[in-house]
Amino acid sequence: MKDYLILALKNLKHRGIRSWLTLLGIFIGVTAVVALMGLGSGLQAAVGAQFGVSSTQALTVQAGGLNAFGPPGSGAVNKLTRDDVEAIGKLSAIEFATPRNLETAKIEYNDVVIFSMAVSVDDAMEREMYETMDLEAAHGTMLLNDALGRVVIGNNLADGDKNGLDKDIMTGDNILVQDERFKVVGVLKKKGSFMMDSIVLMYQDDLDDLFDYGDEVDVVGVKVKSPELMDRAKEEIERLLRKRRDVDEGEEDFEVSTPDAILETVNSVLGGVKAFIVIIASISILVGALGIVNTMTTSVLERRKEIGIMKAIGGKNGQIFMQFFFESGLLGLVGGIIGAIFGTLISIAGTVAINNFIGAELSPIIDPVLIGGALLGSFIVGSVAGIVPAMNAAKQDPVEALRG
Amino acid sequence: MKNEVTIVRKSVPPKNGDKVGKKEVIRLRNVSKHYPMGDSVVKALSHLEFKVFEGEFVAIMGPSGSGKSTAMNLVGSLDMPTYGTIYLDGEDISEFEESDLAQVRGKRIGFIFQSFNLINNLTVKENVMLPMMFQGTTFEERSDKAEELLRLVELHERMDHYPGEISGGQMQRVAIARSLANDPEVILADEPTGNLDTKTGAIVMEFLEKLNKEGKTVIMVTHDPDLAKEYADVVYWLRDGELEKVTKRNGKKFVDVTKKKKKEAHENGKK
Repeated sequence: MKDYLILALKNLKHRGIRSWLTLLGIFIGVTAVVALMGLGSGLQAAVGAQFGVSSTQALTVQAGGLNAFGPPGSGAVNKLTRDDVEAIGKLSAIEFATPRNLETAKIEYNDVVIFSMAVSVDDAMEREMYETMDLEAAHGTMLLNDALGRVVIGNNLADGDKNGLDKDIMTGDNILVQDERFKVVGVLKKKGSFMMDSIVLMYQDDLDDLFDYGDEVDVVGVKVKSPELMDRAKEEIERLLRKRRDVDEGEEDFEVSTPDAILETVNSVLGGVKAFIVIIASISILVGALGIVNTMTTSVLERRKEIGIMKAIGGKNGQIFMQFFFESGLLGLVGGIIGAIFGTLISIAGTVAINNFIGAELSPIIDPVLIGGALLGSFIVGSVAGIVPAMNAAKQDPVEALRG
Repeated sequence: MKNEVTIVRKSVPPKNGDKVGKKEVIRLRNVSKHYPMGDSVVKALSHLEFKVFEGEFVAIMGPSGSGKSTAMNLVGSLDMPTYGTIYLDGEDISEFEESDLAQVRGKRIGFIFQSFNLINNLTVKENVMLPMMFQGTTFEERSDKAEELLRLVELHERMDHYPGEISGGQMQRVAIARSLANDPEVILADEPTGNLDTKTGAIVMEFLEKLNKEGKTVIMVTHDPDLAKEYADVVYWLRDGELEKVTKRNGKKFVDVTKKKKKEAHENGKK
């Protein structure tokens, strides 16, 4: 077996450029698949992070309405209230519910003005909110003990290269939010989300002073008692809010977003894109396989004399079949290897591009199983494509073949 | 069949000193090869009686079109006769499966071709190793044997060269080494000097003669009567697909030992 592999390799080394060109199909197909999977998983992670999917026990509730372009929940016609939050918190599947408001706010620092998202922290449930949103301080501290006049800012907002302020914001610095002075006491850990990494966290009272909210709540962050209760929690909240807001089932003017639901949406969009590319890749691999059939058939014709010689010196049909079969498989494998290399390079380059674009810090997902599978697959495609030509080679009549 | 073999042995007493062995290695019995061509049939070879004993140097002589290539393919069991039987070591080759025949061929017969027929993608050494690979020998054994054989034909220093990098005479010596790879009983050489100049041809012939003296049976196909007369013990003369005569060495001279046959009888018997 090994002998035939070595022999096949030797023969491949002497192949002309025409043989290698027929590998383009396999090459393109494998490149597409490897790049797509490497990037696709990166994209999925990126999009997931944008939606703040971080915990399997957290969900959010927001009022529906004209909020398509504004911050979540803020454009709703019929807003949620603090009473709603309290009622949700009392449901059986729910551990706690925290209210939060958010608003686009004017930030001024280093004599530059930018706009960013100001998010409120409830003074009674800071820790719970940090838990559901998976927030932690990278530097300094989080907002605790009703520290009014202080803010914690997102990681990108603190970074002079990314915040548009041309200067790092350090803990202890003062910034102006809606022309009011606030002291930065902490910087959040990086979240990989464009929005979350540039927020300004402040206490509810402070945000109320800037934007008068009264009783209204934009988003309710909910922690479910256990991950298995996620669906039940969703149902309970929906039933409760339908009743409180007096709407029928199917006509809800609010939305309960579970991480599953968000991921599902993300995945279904990405899935469509993936399916499309996989179809293209499959066609390209099919074309590649036909290319290999073609080049192997030609090769058998060109090497008839060699086949005749091998038969004369004792090569059995099966042995000659094996040699051409492996040669064809290796041809496919070479296409696969080049494709895997290019695909990996593309997914690395693409991830760098995504990172620059959305300010995330994703690494490309290079899955050895996927690459191994792609290589095995291309070897199999090559081998299968080589079956008929290899059978032709084995069937050659020695006398005819020796004549060349 | 066995009976016949005994009869044949009696009828051909060893005349050529101790060189001719007792054992019959190849026999063609009333062999014909016909090729269909359109509506007609080309009779490439008719009623050939041919036998080779162990240790003999046999030449098959004839001009082009005489059927000697066809004869060579049949003798080498590369081809099957249309009529008649071919025995290799007493076994009827038509009874072998295709793949067994390949194996038998690789083991018992070493081929040397006019155009060398080395595989260009393989080094000299790998070419010599190839017949052993088909017999399932381990890599180490093959490697050692190939080096030994290349030393024998004085080409071991070139063993990592490719056939394109060496001269024709050297290629033919590689082919000789390759033909010996599985230690066959018979070396079958088809115009071994046909593509070589006189001088390098003589070197190749010397190797063949040496092998013959060491006990190998050599069957050589050639159109060159001088070559046949110089080296062969027995010469089969073919013309127009038929055996014209058989001559046998007796010292420096050759004597006609053709057995007169009743062709018609065979024809009726076989068809």
